[in-house]
Amino acid sequence: MGELVVDKHVKYILSVEKRKDSFESVVLEHLRMNGAYWGLTTLDLLGKLDALDSNEVIQWIMKCQHESGGFAGNIGHDPHLLYTLSAVQVLALFDKLNVLDADKVANYISGLQNEDGSFSGDEWGEVDSRFSYLAICCLSILHRLDKMNVEKAVNYIASCKNVDGGFGCTPGGESHAGQIFCCVGALAITGSLHHVDKDLLGWWLCERQVKSGGLNGRPEKLPDVCYSWWVLSSLIMIDRVHWINKDKLVKFILNCQDTENGGISDRPEDAVDVFHTYFGVAGLSLLEYPGLKAIDPAHALPVDVVNRIFFQK
Amino acid sequence: MHGRPRKAPKPEDLAAFSAKAEKLRILQSQFLLNHHQKIYTKEAVELSAKLLEINPECYTAWNYRKLAVQHSLFESNLDPDAVNSILNDELRVVENALKQNFKSYGAWHHRKWVLNKGHSSIENELRLLDKLQNVDSRNFHAWNYRRFVAALLNRSDEDELNHTQDLIDKNISNYSAWHNRSVLVSNLMKKKVQAFSQKDEVLIREYELVRDAVFTDEDDQSGWFYHLWLLDQTVKAESPLLTSSWPAHGSDITLSGDRYLDLGSSPFNTYHFDSGSLPLILYFNQAVEGVNVSTVTVSSGFNVNKDVIWKPILSNNSKTAHVWVGQLKFPKVELDSLGAYTLEVTLGHSQGIISSGGFHYSHPSHFSFTVHVQPARKEPVDGFGSEKISWRDENFHIYEPDSLESHLVLPLDHLSIKNEHELSDSSWQEKIIDEEISNFRELLDCKIGKLTLARLLTARDALVPSDKSVHSEEVLRLYSELMKLDPPHSQFYKDEHSLILFEKVISGRESLLSYCFRYRNLTSSSSSNPICLRLNGLSLSRLGSFEKLLWVQMLDLSHNELRSIEGLEAMQLLSHLNLSKNKLGSFTSLESLRHLKSLKVLDISYNEIGAHSVDTTRYLCSSPLCHSIGSEWDGSELVTDGVSLVSYWEAFFILKGLKLTQLDITGNAIADEKFTAFLAEVLPALKWLDGVQLN
Repeated sequence: MGELVVDKHVKYILSVEKRKDSFESVVLEHLRMNGAYWGLTTLDLLGKLDALDSNEVIQWIMKCQHESGGFAGNIGHDPHLLYTLSAVQVLALFDKLNVLDADKVANYISGLQNEDGSFSGDEWGEVDSRFSYLAICCLSILHRLDKMNVEKAVNYIASCKNVDGGFGCTPGGESHAGQIFCCVGALAITGSLHHVDKDLLGWWLCERQVKSGGLNGRPEKLPDVCYSWWVLSSLIMIDRVHWINKDKLVKFILNCQDTENGGISDRPEDAVDVFHTYFGVAGLSLLEYPGLKAIDPAHALPVDVVNRIFFQK
Repeated sequence: MHGRPRKAPKPEDLAAFSAKAEKLRILQSQFLLNHHQKIYTKEAVELSAKLLEINPECYTAWNYRKLAVQHSLFESNLDPDAVNSILNDELRVVENALKQNFKSYGAWHHRKWVLNKGHSSIENELRLLDKLQNVDSRNFHAWNYRRFVAALLNRSDEDELNHTQDLIDKNISNYSAWHNRSVLVSNLMKKKVQAFSQKDEVLIREYELVRDAVFTDEDDQSGWFYHLWLLDQTVKAESPLLTSSWPAHGSDITLSGDRYLDLGSSPFNTYHFDSGSLPLILYFNQAVEGVNVSTVTVSSGFNVNKDVIWKPILSNNSKTAHVWVGQLKFPKVELDSLGAYTLEVTLGHSQGIISSGGFHYSHPSHFSFTVHVQPARKEPVDGFGSEKISWRDENFHIYEPDSLESHLVLPLDHLSIKNEHELSDSSWQEKIIDEEISNFRELLDCKIGKLTLARLLTARDALVPSDKSVHSEEVLRLYSELMKLDPPHSQFYKDEHSLILFEKVISGRESLLSYCFRYRNLTSSSSSNPICLRLNGLSLSRLGSFEKLLWVQMLDLSHNELRSIEGLEAMQLLSHLNLSKNKLGSFTSLESLRHLKSLKVLDISYNEIGAHSVDTTRYLCSSPLCHSIGSEWDGSELVTDGVSLVSYWEAFFILKGLKLTQLDITGNAIADEKFTAFLAEVLPALKWLDGVQLN
């Protein structure tokens, strides 16, 4: 088993920004804000956040903000919760939350809460428990959780719980590891983990580990590096992460590295991307891989960043 | 990129990619221009369709199309044909986009949005879905969309159940279909629709169906979780119940104002009256709310307990709790006189106690106990409680109740409360579980067979409460086998094993007594030291059955493998606790201690506190991080020289409310000089730290 090729991954992340002409980067242009969060958080976990100019990034982020207070995935696109959280997270990484009008952002977010406690992703009304997480996490970072109806928000998430202990997009939706992360994360941040049946969900989650050591996102599916984050962080939040074999998972993630050009892919020998590079490195951080900064399983930012937000007043 | 092989593209492909990228870039910038200038001409709208066909994830383009639809609906003057044609165009664009990416959130939502505009051809949607689900029967977008369409069409749950059944018949390992079945069957049972009104009949049918799935392919997980859900449905009590209390029903409690007791008082039932009140602890089988003076009546010969204040032992921001504590006050007793009072506690006679699931406590329960109040006769002496406690083996000797005492130990045997409800008929449950047990005995060569059998046997034992669990030996053996059979999950089985072992050890008078010790206080002749329950060195990784341990004041859990002490907060009388030599990884894993207001002596030495970068109880512990310590906390409480709260917030929040007099913390990564200095500030009552007397 090889080691984590830190320098190659740093180089890869920095190079992605420069390859704006590839078909992939054009296809993903609308979610550049997510890309910035994945890439920069990875750099921070690897201890290399200072490898790029933070002012340039912050200026670009602020150009993505709309009058409503919400952020778009890129300049010229529409605002959405998905990108609003990423924008706030990146500003938090750089300790630059002060450039924001926090109340304005908070008003945008709380304005998307529906009567039943759920959240729409934007003005067009798509409802999904993912959006509940985005809203809760973002308002938590901004110290503005009191702007929403937390009790209703929590009850809505609880209504998405299934008999297998997991959570779906909406009430009745099938459990999925990504969705479980969102719901468990939202419940964690609101001090509401008593809504989770930890043993039942823990068993479902630990059975996501397949023979190769990798994790899948639903029963009878293929493993994928991104679930190293979704499943692991959920298992950690409910204190059941010792129910999987961590060494085998570390091996699986390391085997998905492109040791030549940097970057991590979904499965060994597949093409790498920033998304999986982030989830691989974040997963290794959750597995206490040496040399990496620790990441917070609910706010999805390095622990030192989160502690700075909550304990340094 | 999902599922795309990692290889350098060939030069000729590179050129093609680059041309494709250029084309898309032009489309996107032209589209954004149209969007910003609010241009909704036919050409502009067409362009957005082209863009979405190539890149269905471009969410702004879906937004643009919705604006365009609103625009043209307005222009159409709501002429039905025109409206239909506008909406049909949208459905076509969505279909093309889904061909490109079946998992595009934006495309699926656009379709819902169009249908919500009142499109008339909704029956088409089911046909389309059948086509799509044939290609990928696990696509959760399609399933979500199906539930949406079924609701729009007002399709009955029975019809949808038939459809789900078809998919299961086609492929018995379709987890998505089993999931949908669980949703529909739950609904039908809740609504008590015909054929679903008799719970036992429904369950028997469902067991039969899922058994097919599990026995067809035991490695296929589709049936695993469904079977566990059925088991839960079989045994779960809906209404909350009182499981146990302290003082226990029928017990004689001696309340002593000092440390000298008459011989004959059982150390099991002695409580020191330091605080001037006696805690009454109620343990419910589910977390409940609504315990107060109107739902719980405490009657005694005297009049002072009309206004008992009941407090829940809460975790995080929950409003419901398993454990509720009320403080009982007693009239002042004259010197040298002995007051004896019988207290009767009644609950469930009126509605108001409600479980977190919304069920009412509906079975009246009643219990009573006697309290002997013994006044203080001497000046408090420097005895137990002020000298250093040593947990060494030689300071303990096994407790042997003498003949005089033995009858007083009796309450241990009926710590549990007999609820009238338990006499009700559970024979159908026993029958179903016995049937499943005999089925799964046929499937013992695989892990799900062993695990399910272990769960069934545990459930069977729990159905008939008795002191001894009939099947515990067999269950322990099954979990041991599972640890070997399925090494990646061995810690899961180990935890289950530990729960069963723990319950076995503390259940039954004989077993329990073999773990009860007297602390030999070398310098004091007092006979009143409480019993120490010594469960050390049992390789326990997890604790449970706390409802049976409400009486414990001194507990030794050292030399185990505990990572967490969740649930220990139920043991409200604990004053001495030894957790040395376990695997506790952080202060947040000690959240339970925060609720133990009587705790004086704590040993957490030789654990792993501070040794891990990942804290698995970070969000299970009340703190500003999870907004369960309110905004009233401003951080100024902790102003000590050179100590930053960022490094020690966990210890601060756990320890600051405790009145510890003795703490052992050595042998943890966190316990350096700086930290011990910090402890001395947070715990002003501390007399002994790591064996050293403080000034």
